[in-house]
Amino acid sequence: MTDSFRIPGRRTRGQQIARIGLYAMLAVFCVYFLTPLYVVLATSLKDLEEIRQGTLLSLPKDLNLEAWRFAWSEANIGVEATGLKPYFMNSLKIVLPGVALSTLLGALTGFALTKFRFTGANLIFALMLFGCFLPFQVVILPMARTLGILGLTNSIPGLVLVHTVYGLAFTTLFFRNYYMSIPDELVKAATIDGAGFFTIFWRIILPLSTPIVVVTVIWQFTQIYNDFLFGASFTTGGAQPVTVALNNLVNTTTGVKRYNVDMAAALMAALPTLVVYVIAGRYFVRGLTAGSVKG
Amino acid sequence: MSATHAPSSTARRSPLAWLQWNLPKLVVAPSFALTLFFVYGFVIWTGYMSLSKSRMLPNYEWAGLEQYSKLWRMTPWHVAIENLLIFGGLFIVIAIVLGCLMAILLDQKIRAEGVLRTIYLYPMAISFIVTGTAWKWILNPSLGLQKLIQDLGWTSFEFNWLVDRDMAVYTLVIAAVWQGTGFVMALFLAALRGVDQEIIKAAYLDGASTWKIYTGIILPSIRPVFLSATVILAHMAVKSFDLVVALTGGGPGYHSTLPANFMYEMTFRRNQIGIGAASAMMMLATVMAIMIPYLYSELREKKRD
Repeated sequence: MTDSFRIPGRRTRGQQIARIGLYAMLAVFCVYFLTPLYVVLATSLKDLEEIRQGTLLSLPKDLNLEAWRFAWSEANIGVEATGLKPYFMNSLKIVLPGVALSTLLGALTGFALTKFRFTGANLIFALMLFGCFLPFQVVILPMARTLGILGLTNSIPGLVLVHTVYGLAFTTLFFRNYYMSIPDELVKAATIDGAGFFTIFWRIILPLSTPIVVVTVIWQFTQIYNDFLFGASFTTGGAQPVTVALNNLVNTTTGVKRYNVDMAAALMAALPTLVVYVIAGRYFVRGLTAGSVKG
Repeated sequence: MSATHAPSSTARRSPLAWLQWNLPKLVVAPSFALTLFFVYGFVIWTGYMSLSKSRMLPNYEWAGLEQYSKLWRMTPWHVAIENLLIFGGLFIVIAIVLGCLMAILLDQKIRAEGVLRTIYLYPMAISFIVTGTAWKWILNPSLGLQKLIQDLGWTSFEFNWLVDRDMAVYTLVIAAVWQGTGFVMALFLAALRGVDQEIIKAAYLDGASTWKIYTGIILPSIRPVFLSATVILAHMAVKSFDLVVALTGGGPGYHSTLPANFMYEMTFRRNQIGIGAASAMMMLATVMAIMIPYLYSELREKKRD
């Protein structure tokens, strides 16, 4: 930043060297963050013979997608040779309703808490916020029993419920903070015109909420998709999400260790959140900082 | 303030008006009820379990602090706590030092800053299971980093932390730093962009060196970010679970377990519900001990502004 006060294009030799050093250090960090990605990708494209002959960094001989195909549809997950495919579908079936429900509830709650400040609204918000830093180990046992009572053990609706409930603290926080910045007069004027709660929410508030909806959806998507603890605690076998399936695939001890398949599976499981991050990185960062600074 | 200050007479007149008046509360009610039941109710239940005689099945007979005293007599629990201190301490310090350095470097009017930022931060989008799987492969002694260096000619090179009971916990630090540093950088970069440029300009015109400007003016003025970053990373460290599962499996033996893994092991594998609940309550107490003073000071700061 201090550099900007100098006249551009007129750097002394010392400054030029410093500049080169600066870029060199930035490049070193790039290598540090990208090398694991390269290693995983390269390994996933090799066959086992190549892996044994070469090193981590050696380039694959050709684009061999066999390991990807195998990881997707044939690899042993637990006892069944289904590949990651069905577990991918599980994750989608958990993530989509989970994100939609927690976002919608968070938006409604945030709206009601900020624009209609009834007695106790702030207390309710403070109490809900507690959920942001709850270590989930504290709720696993009673949750397992509750899911059992509801008949939702080892099911996708069960995980949707879990993720909706424990995502609420964050989604409410996001929307509440955002709605604090929308002028109360907007709501007041509409009320005088005779508009009801849902009309105001639907017609006035929601159209103004696009940025925070994007932030919340991305946040919830990554949180729910990347979850392992709940998936591992409440599901076995066929209902598991992809993170749990990946861990089972990699840590099964039977048979020959297929490192290339492990790496292909890992990349596959990482792909959805990576794509979201690359497309909407700006919003991702905003959610990350907003969500964690407060929680 | 309230936008629905309808005359109270109308509220009494018809059920419809009553509904209109109370609708916001009714909308908040489900979320609040869910929180009361699934957060507070569950915490109380687990708390009660930790004070009961529960073993394989919940048993509501009162046992006082018996489970806690059992817990604190277990070697694996002490190992888990020790590991948390090592892992948490190193993870926080290294991530903050590197993240802060990266933010400062990026803040020098760098070309392609956006691309670099994307590269530094992408690990944060990935699940810890994927990160653990990747680093497990890189760090495995037979075909990973060790072989790579040996093949380059340094044949006596050894790197087998993953299977070394004293060193396995440090592999967790390596992977967690890789995943979390970009995020710390994002926090610091945002703070650096908020520093008053006029003061810096003045100091620069006074002939202060870049080093002096950073250590004397900029870093002290973003002190709150160091605190927030520490709190967030500590919070992440206490909750860490997946990374251990995927990278070391807690091994060799139980030498790289963290409290979260201990809790899981006790509850689901050893059928010791009471001890599991006690360890979960200890985790909650730790997180509270970090978060409550922090939130309190944050709120006071805001009031003072």
